[in-house]
Amino acid sequence: MANVKVFSTPTCPYCTRVKSYLQEKHIAFENIDVAGVQNGLQYMINVSGQMGVPVVMIDGDVIVGFDKDKIDAKLGI
Amino acid sequence: MVDLIIVGAGPAGITAGVYAARKKIDFLMISEDIGGQTGLSADVENYTGYQFITGTELVAKFEEHLKQFNVKLKVDETVKRIGKASSTFGTHFIVETAKEPYEAKSVIIASGRRPRWLNVKGDEGFRNKGVSYCATCDGPVFSNKVVAVIGGGNAALDAVLQMMKIASKVYLININPALAGDPIMRDKVESSNKVEVINNAVTKEILGAQLVTAIKLEQAGVARELALQGVFVEIGSVPNSSIIDFVKKNNSNEIIVDNLNRTSEPGIFAAGDVTDIPEKQIIVAAGEGAKAVLGAFRYLAGLR
Repeated sequence: MANVKVFSTPTCPYCTRVKSYLQEKHIAFENIDVAGVQNGLQYMINVSGQMGVPVVMIDGDVIVGFDKDKIDAKLGI
Repeated sequence: MVDLIIVGAGPAGITAGVYAARKKIDFLMISEDIGGQTGLSADVENYTGYQFITGTELVAKFEEHLKQFNVKLKVDETVKRIGKASSTFGTHFIVETAKEPYEAKSVIIASGRRPRWLNVKGDEGFRNKGVSYCATCDGPVFSNKVVAVIGGGNAALDAVLQMMKIASKVYLININPALAGDPIMRDKVESSNKVEVINNAVTKEILGAQLVTAIKLEQAGVARELALQGVFVEIGSVPNSSIIDFVKKNNSNEIIVDNLNRTSEPGIFAAGDVTDIPEKQIIVAAGEGAKAVLGAFRYLAGLR
Protein backbone atom coordinates (compact mmCIF):
# COMPACT_ATOMS: atom_id res chain seq x y z
CA MET A 1 0.00 0.00 0.00
CA ALA A 2 1.27 3.44 -0.89
CA ASN A 3 2.38 5.80 1.85
CA VAL A 4 0.27 8.92 1.34
CA LYS A 5 0.62 12.22 3.19
CA VAL A 6 -1.55 15.30 2.63
CA PHE A 7 -0.21 18.66 3.82
CA SER A 8 -3.19 20.96 4.28
CA THR A 9 -4.86 23.82 6.12
CA PRO A 10 -8.39 23.57 7.54
CA THR A 11 -9.63 26.47 5.39
CA CYS A 12 -8.38 25.48 1.96
CA PRO A 13 -11.10 24.18 -0.37
CA TYR A 14 -8.67 22.23 -2.58
CA CYS A 15 -7.32 20.45 0.51
CA THR A 16 -10.85 19.33 1.35
CA ARG A 17 -11.28 18.15 -2.23
CA VAL A 18 -8.04 16.11 -2.17
CA LYS A 19 -8.98 14.48 1.12
CA SER A 20 -12.52 13.62 0.10
CA TYR A 21 -11.21 12.24 -3.22
CA LEU A 22 -8.76 9.93 -1.43
CA GLN A 23 -11.49 8.83 0.99
CA GLU A 24 -13.82 8.15 -1.92
CA LYS A 25 -11.14 5.91 -3.46
CA HIS A 26 -10.50 4.21 -0.07
CA ILE A 27 -6.88 5.38 0.05
CA ALA A 28 -5.51 5.68 3.58
CA PHE A 29 -3.51 8.87 4.16
CA GLU A 30 -1.92 10.91 6.90
CA ASN A 31 -3.19 14.49 7.12
CA ILE A 32 -0.58 17.01 8.23
CA ASP A 33 -2.11 20.35 9.25
CA VAL A 34 0.43 23.06 8.48
CA ALA A 35 -1.66 25.96 9.80
CA GLY A 36 0.35 27.51 12.57
CA VAL A 37 2.06 24.16 13.21
CA GLN A 38 5.70 25.06 12.56
CA ASN A 39 6.97 21.45 12.55
CA GLY A 40 4.47 20.39 9.92
CA LEU A 41 5.13 23.50 7.86
CA GLN A 42 8.92 23.12 8.00
CA TYR A 43 8.56 19.43 7.04
CA MET A 44 6.41 20.43 4.04
CA ILE A 45 8.92 23.08 2.93
CA ASN A 46 11.81 20.62 3.32
CA VAL A 47 10.26 17.84 1.28
CA SER A 48 8.49 19.94 -1.34
CA GLY A 49 10.02 23.42 -1.44
CA GLN A 50 6.43 24.65 -1.38
CA MET A 51 4.59 27.23 0.69
CA GLY A 52 1.19 26.59 -0.82
CA VAL A 53 -1.34 23.90 0.00
CA PRO A 54 -2.36 21.22 -0.68
CA VAL A 55 0.80 19.21 -1.18
CA VAL A 56 0.35 15.46 -1.61
CA MET A 57 3.26 13.09 -1.05
CA ILE A 58 2.95 9.55 -2.36
CA ASP A 59 5.86 7.20 -1.56
CA GLY A 60 8.15 10.22 -1.35
CA ASP A 61 7.02 11.84 -4.61
CA VAL A 62 5.55 15.31 -4.31
CA ILE A 63 2.40 16.45 -6.12
CA VAL A 64 1.47 20.12 -5.80
CA GLY A 65 -2.20 21.11 -5.67
CA PHE A 66 -5.14 18.82 -6.40
CA ASP A 67 -3.83 17.19 -9.57
CA LYS A 68 -6.16 14.24 -9.98
CA ASP A 69 -4.39 12.80 -13.04
CA LYS A 70 -1.02 12.75 -11.29
CA ILE A 71 -2.51 11.25 -8.13
CA ASP A 72 -4.29 8.57 -10.15
CA ALA A 73 -1.14 7.74 -12.11
CA LYS A 74 0.99 7.49 -8.99
CA LEU A 75 -1.54 5.34 -7.14
CA GLY A 76 -2.42 3.30 -10.22
CA ILE A 77 -6.16 3.94 -9.88
CA MET B 1 -26.19 14.01 -27.60
CA VAL B 2 -27.80 15.68 -24.58
CA ASP B 3 -30.21 18.63 -24.69
CA LEU B 4 -28.06 20.87 -22.51
CA ILE B 5 -24.50 21.10 -21.19
CA ILE B 6 -23.78 23.42 -18.28
CA VAL B 7 -20.14 24.51 -18.17
CA GLY B 8 -19.04 25.42 -14.64
CA ALA B 9 -20.28 24.60 -11.15
CA GLY B 10 -20.09 27.84 -9.21
CA PRO B 11 -23.27 29.52 -7.93
CA ALA B 12 -24.54 30.13 -11.50
CA GLY B 13 -23.78 26.61 -12.75
CA ILE B 14 -25.12 24.80 -9.69
CA THR B 15 -28.33 26.84 -9.60
CA ALA B 16 -28.72 26.12 -13.31
CA GLY B 17 -28.23 22.41 -12.51
CA VAL B 18 -30.94 22.47 -9.84
CA TYR B 19 -33.40 24.22 -12.18
CA ALA B 20 -32.55 21.93 -15.11
CA ALA B 21 -33.05 18.83 -12.93
CA ARG B 22 -36.44 20.10 -11.76
CA LYS B 23 -37.42 20.82 -15.39
CA LYS B 24 -36.33 17.24 -16.20
CA ILE B 25 -34.03 18.46 -18.98
CA ASP B 26 -31.58 15.83 -20.30
CA PHE B 27 -28.38 17.58 -19.31
CA LEU B 28 -24.74 17.20 -18.31
CA MET B 29 -22.57 19.41 -16.12
CA ILE B 30 -18.82 19.79 -16.70
CA SER B 31 -16.59 21.72 -14.32
CA GLU B 32 -13.02 21.75 -13.12
CA ASP B 33 -14.27 22.24 -9.56
CA ILE B 34 -17.34 22.73 -7.42
CA GLY B 35 -18.01 26.17 -6.02
CA GLY B 36 -15.66 28.23 -8.19
CA GLN B 37 -14.68 31.54 -6.63
CA THR B 38 -17.27 31.10 -3.86
CA GLY B 39 -15.22 28.24 -2.42
CA LEU B 40 -12.29 30.62 -2.08
CA SER B 41 -14.27 33.36 -0.29
CA ALA B 42 -13.72 33.62 3.43
CA ASP B 43 -16.91 35.03 4.91
CA VAL B 44 -20.20 35.52 3.08
CA GLU B 45 -22.62 37.87 4.84
CA ASN B 46 -24.93 38.88 2.01
CA TYR B 47 -26.47 35.65 0.71
CA THR B 48 -30.12 35.85 1.73
CA GLY B 49 -31.09 33.31 4.34
CA TYR B 50 -27.58 33.12 5.79
CA GLN B 51 -26.57 36.02 7.98
CA PHE B 52 -23.09 34.56 8.09
CA ILE B 53 -21.61 31.56 6.30
CA THR B 54 -18.12 30.76 5.05
CA GLY B 55 -17.55 30.24 1.33
CA THR B 56 -16.64 26.58 1.94
CA GLU B 57 -19.88 25.95 3.88
CA LEU B 58 -22.03 27.71 1.29
CA VAL B 59 -20.48 25.57 -1.47
CA ALA B 60 -21.19 22.43 0.58
CA LYS B 61 -24.85 23.56 0.82
CA PHE B 62 -24.95 24.17 -2.96
CA GLU B 63 -23.45 20.74 -3.65
CA GLU B 64 -25.85 19.01 -1.26
CA HIS B 65 -28.78 20.71 -3.00
CA LEU B 66 -27.56 19.70 -6.45
CA LYS B 67 -26.81 16.11 -5.46
CA GLN B 68 -30.39 15.67 -4.25
CA PHE B 69 -31.04 15.08 -7.94
CA ASN B 70 -29.50 12.40 -10.09
CA VAL B 71 -27.28 14.78 -12.04
CA LYS B 72 -24.66 13.74 -14.61
CA LEU B 73 -21.72 15.69 -13.26
CA LYS B 74 -18.17 15.61 -14.66
CA VAL B 75 -16.02 17.30 -12.03
CA ASP B 76 -12.27 17.81 -12.44
CA GLU B 77 -12.65 18.06 -16.20
CA THR B 78 -11.69 21.38 -17.68
CA VAL B 79 -13.50 22.56 -20.81
CA LYS B 80 -10.90 23.47 -23.44
CA ARG B 81 -13.11 24.64 -26.27
CA ILE B 82 -16.72 24.94 -27.37
CA GLY B 83 -17.32 24.33 -31.08
CA LYS B 84 -20.27 24.34 -33.40
CA ALA B 85 -21.43 21.74 -35.91
CA SER B 86 -24.27 21.55 -38.38
CA SER B 87 -26.21 18.57 -39.55
CA THR B 88 -29.52 17.97 -41.26
CA PHE B 89 -31.09 18.27 -37.80
CA GLY B 90 -29.74 21.79 -37.36
CA THR B 91 -26.92 23.31 -35.31
CA HIS B 92 -25.47 21.60 -32.28
CA PHE B 93 -22.49 22.26 -30.07
CA ILE B 94 -19.39 20.29 -29.11
CA VAL B 95 -17.89 20.85 -25.69
CA GLU B 96 -14.33 19.54 -25.61
CA THR B 97 -12.35 18.59 -22.51
CA ALA B 98 -8.94 16.91 -22.33
CA LYS B 99 -10.80 13.58 -22.02
CA GLU B 100 -13.46 13.68 -24.73
CA PRO B 101 -15.88 15.80 -26.75
CA TYR B 102 -19.48 16.04 -25.54
CA GLU B 103 -22.34 17.04 -27.83
CA ALA B 104 -25.39 19.10 -26.90
CA LYS B 105 -28.26 20.99 -28.48
CA SER B 106 -27.70 23.94 -26.14
CA VAL B 107 -25.01 25.17 -23.75
CA ILE B 108 -24.99 27.40 -20.68
CA ILE B 109 -21.56 28.91 -20.09
CA ALA B 110 -21.11 29.58 -16.37
CA SER B 111 -17.34 29.30 -16.29
CA GLY B 112 -16.76 32.27 -13.99
CA ARG B 113 -13.51 34.15 -13.60
CA ARG B 114 -9.91 33.54 -12.56
CA PRO B 115 -7.46 35.87 -10.81
CA ARG B 116 -5.62 38.47 -12.85
CA TRP B 117 -1.92 37.60 -12.71
CA LEU B 118 0.48 40.21 -11.34
CA ASN B 119 2.94 39.56 -14.21
CA VAL B 120 6.05 41.04 -12.68
CA LYS B 121 9.43 39.30 -12.43
CA GLY B 122 9.19 36.54 -9.82
CA ASP B 123 5.40 36.23 -9.85
CA GLU B 124 5.18 32.98 -11.78
CA GLY B 125 8.41 31.46 -10.49
CA PHE B 126 7.52 31.97 -6.83
CA ARG B 127 3.90 30.82 -7.01
CA ASN B 128 3.38 28.39 -4.11
CA LYS B 129 6.80 29.44 -2.87
CA GLY B 130 5.57 32.56 -1.13
CA VAL B 131 3.32 34.02 -3.83
CA SER B 132 -0.34 33.08 -3.43
CA TYR B 133 -3.56 33.93 -5.20
CA CYS B 134 -5.70 32.48 -2.39
CA ALA B 135 -5.40 33.91 1.11
CA THR B 136 -8.15 31.57 2.29
CA CYS B 137 -6.09 28.55 1.18
CA ASP B 138 -2.52 29.49 1.97
CA GLY B 139 -2.98 32.20 4.63
CA PRO B 140 -2.53 29.90 7.64
CA VAL B 141 0.89 28.81 6.34
CA PHE B 142 2.19 32.34 7.07
CA SER B 143 1.60 32.32 10.80
CA ASN B 144 3.75 35.00 12.52
CA LYS B 145 5.43 35.91 9.23
CA VAL B 146 5.56 39.22 7.35
CA VAL B 147 3.35 39.37 4.28
CA ALA B 148 2.10 41.83 1.69
CA VAL B 149 -1.27 41.97 0.03
CA ILE B 150 -1.27 43.59 -3.40
CA GLY B 151 -4.47 45.35 -4.43
CA GLY B 152 -6.89 47.93 -3.13
CA GLY B 153 -10.44 46.64 -3.58
CA ASN B 154 -12.71 44.38 -1.57
CA ALA B 155 -10.82 41.18 -2.37
CA ALA B 156 -7.56 42.74 -1.18
CA LEU B 157 -9.24 44.08 1.98
CA ASP B 158 -10.71 40.62 2.62
CA ALA B 159 -7.22 39.08 2.31
CA VAL B 160 -5.80 41.70 4.71
CA LEU B 161 -8.57 41.03 7.25
CA GLN B 162 -7.72 37.31 7.12
CA MET B 163 -3.96 37.86 7.35
CA MET B 164 -4.26 40.36 10.26
CA LYS B 165 -5.25 37.41 12.43
CA ILE B 166 -2.36 35.21 11.27
CA ALA B 167 0.71 37.20 10.20
CA SER B 168 2.97 39.37 12.37
CA LYS B 169 2.74 42.27 9.91
CA VAL B 170 0.72 42.97 6.78
CA TYR B 171 1.67 45.51 4.12
CA LEU B 172 -1.17 46.53 1.83
CA ILE B 173 0.32 47.68 -1.45
CA ASN B 174 -2.13 49.75 -3.43
CA ILE B 175 -1.40 51.18 -6.87
CA ASN B 176 -4.02 53.95 -6.43
CA PRO B 177 -3.90 57.07 -4.21
CA ALA B 178 -6.59 55.69 -1.87
CA LEU B 179 -8.20 52.36 -1.04
CA ALA B 180 -11.43 51.37 -2.74
CA GLY B 181 -13.80 48.76 -1.34
CA ASP B 182 -16.45 48.80 1.37
CA PRO B 183 -15.96 51.48 4.06
CA ILE B 184 -16.72 48.95 6.82
CA MET B 185 -13.76 46.79 5.72
CA ARG B 186 -11.50 49.79 5.05
CA ASP B 187 -12.05 51.06 8.59
CA LYS B 188 -11.06 47.71 10.10
CA VAL B 189 -7.92 47.53 7.97
CA GLU B 190 -6.85 51.14 8.52
CA SER B 191 -7.33 50.98 12.29
CA SER B 192 -5.20 47.84 12.75
CA ASN B 193 -1.72 48.41 14.17
CA LYS B 194 -0.49 45.32 12.28
CA VAL B 195 -1.28 46.81 8.88
CA GLU B 196 0.75 49.35 6.93
CA VAL B 197 -1.05 50.73 3.89
CA ILE B 198 1.28 51.86 1.10
CA ASN B 199 -0.65 53.85 -1.48
CA ASN B 200 0.55 54.96 -4.94
CA ALA B 201 2.89 51.99 -5.04
CA VAL B 202 3.72 49.87 -8.07
CA THR B 203 5.05 46.37 -7.46
CA LYS B 204 8.18 45.87 -9.54
CA GLU B 205 9.63 42.50 -8.60
CA ILE B 206 9.34 39.59 -6.20
CA LEU B 207 12.71 38.45 -4.90
CA GLY B 208 13.93 35.28 -3.24
CA ALA B 209 16.05 32.17 -3.50
CA GLN B 210 14.11 28.95 -2.88
CA LEU B 211 11.28 30.91 -1.25
CA VAL B 212 10.24 34.58 -1.34
CA THR B 213 12.38 36.92 0.74
CA ALA B 214 11.45 40.43 -0.42
CA ILE B 215 9.43 42.61 -2.74
CA LYS B 216 10.55 45.64 -4.75
CA LEU B 217 8.19 48.62 -5.08
CA GLU B 218 8.23 52.04 -6.60
CA GLN B 219 6.35 54.73 -4.75
CA ALA B 220 6.14 58.12 -6.48
CA GLY B 221 9.34 57.33 -8.39
CA VAL B 222 11.21 56.19 -5.28
CA ALA B 223 12.32 52.56 -5.11
CA ARG B 224 11.63 50.64 -1.92
CA GLU B 225 12.35 47.08 -0.85
CA LEU B 226 10.41 45.26 1.85
CA ALA B 227 11.67 42.07 3.51
CA LEU B 228 8.84 39.52 3.79
CA GLN B 229 7.90 35.88 3.32
CA GLY B 230 4.50 36.01 1.67
CA VAL B 231 2.82 37.94 -1.16
CA PHE B 232 -0.93 37.67 -1.72
CA VAL B 233 -2.12 39.05 -5.05
CA GLU B 234 -5.67 40.42 -5.25
CA ILE B 235 -5.75 42.72 -8.27
CA GLY B 236 -9.02 41.66 -9.80
CA SER B 237 -10.03 38.91 -12.13
CA VAL B 238 -10.59 38.07 -15.78
CA PRO B 239 -13.48 36.08 -17.29
CA ASN B 240 -12.92 32.45 -18.36
CA SER B 241 -14.35 33.19 -21.78
CA SER B 242 -11.56 32.09 -24.14
CA ILE B 243 -13.20 28.64 -24.50
CA ILE B 244 -15.59 30.08 -27.06
CA ASP B 245 -14.82 32.31 -30.06
CA PHE B 246 -18.16 32.62 -31.82
CA VAL B 247 -20.18 34.70 -29.35
CA LYS B 248 -19.95 38.46 -28.88
CA LYS B 249 -17.85 39.76 -25.99
CA ASN B 250 -17.26 43.23 -24.57
CA ASN B 251 -13.88 45.00 -24.23
CA SER B 252 -13.19 43.11 -21.01
CA ASN B 253 -13.78 39.77 -22.79
CA GLU B 254 -17.01 39.23 -20.89
CA ILE B 255 -19.70 37.35 -22.82
CA ILE B 256 -22.52 39.72 -23.75
CA VAL B 257 -25.97 38.46 -22.72
CA ASP B 258 -29.46 39.91 -23.03
CA ASN B 259 -32.00 39.92 -20.22
CA LEU B 260 -32.90 36.29 -21.03
CA ASN B 261 -29.22 35.23 -20.79
CA ARG B 262 -29.02 34.67 -24.55
CA THR B 263 -25.67 35.26 -26.23
CA SER B 264 -25.26 36.33 -29.86
CA GLU B 265 -25.40 32.62 -30.86
CA PRO B 266 -28.84 30.96 -30.65
CA GLY B 267 -28.60 27.96 -28.30
CA ILE B 268 -25.65 29.32 -26.34
CA PHE B 269 -26.57 30.96 -23.04
CA ALA B 270 -24.28 32.41 -20.38
CA ALA B 271 -24.66 33.22 -16.70
CA GLY B 272 -22.72 34.60 -13.77
CA ASP B 273 -19.34 36.29 -13.57
CA VAL B 274 -18.25 35.30 -17.09
CA THR B 275 -20.95 37.61 -18.51
CA ASP B 276 -21.18 41.39 -18.89
CA ILE B 277 -23.67 41.64 -16.02
CA PRO B 278 -21.86 44.28 -13.93
CA GLU B 279 -22.67 42.95 -10.45
CA LYS B 280 -20.25 40.17 -9.57
CA GLN B 281 -22.07 38.75 -6.58
CA ILE B 282 -22.81 35.16 -5.49
CA ILE B 283 -26.52 35.79 -5.22
CA VAL B 284 -26.68 37.55 -8.58
CA ALA B 285 -24.80 34.69 -10.28
CA ALA B 286 -27.20 32.16 -8.73
CA GLY B 287 -30.20 34.11 -10.04
CA GLU B 288 -28.63 34.41 -13.49
CA GLY B 289 -28.08 30.64 -13.56
CA ALA B 290 -31.79 30.08 -12.93
CA LYS B 291 -32.74 32.55 -15.66
CA ALA B 292 -30.38 30.89 -18.15
CA VAL B 293 -31.99 27.47 -17.67
CA LEU B 294 -35.47 28.87 -18.14
CA GLY B 295 -34.21 30.52 -21.33
CA ALA B 296 -32.61 27.27 -22.53
CA PHE B 297 -35.82 25.37 -21.71
CA ARG B 298 -37.76 27.74 -23.93
CA TYR B 299 -35.16 27.42 -26.69
CA LEU B 300 -35.25 23.60 -26.56
CA ALA B 301 -39.07 23.64 -26.67
CA GLY B 302 -38.80 25.73 -29.84
CA LEU B 303 -36.60 23.09 -31.53
CA ARG B 304 -39.28 20.41 -31.24
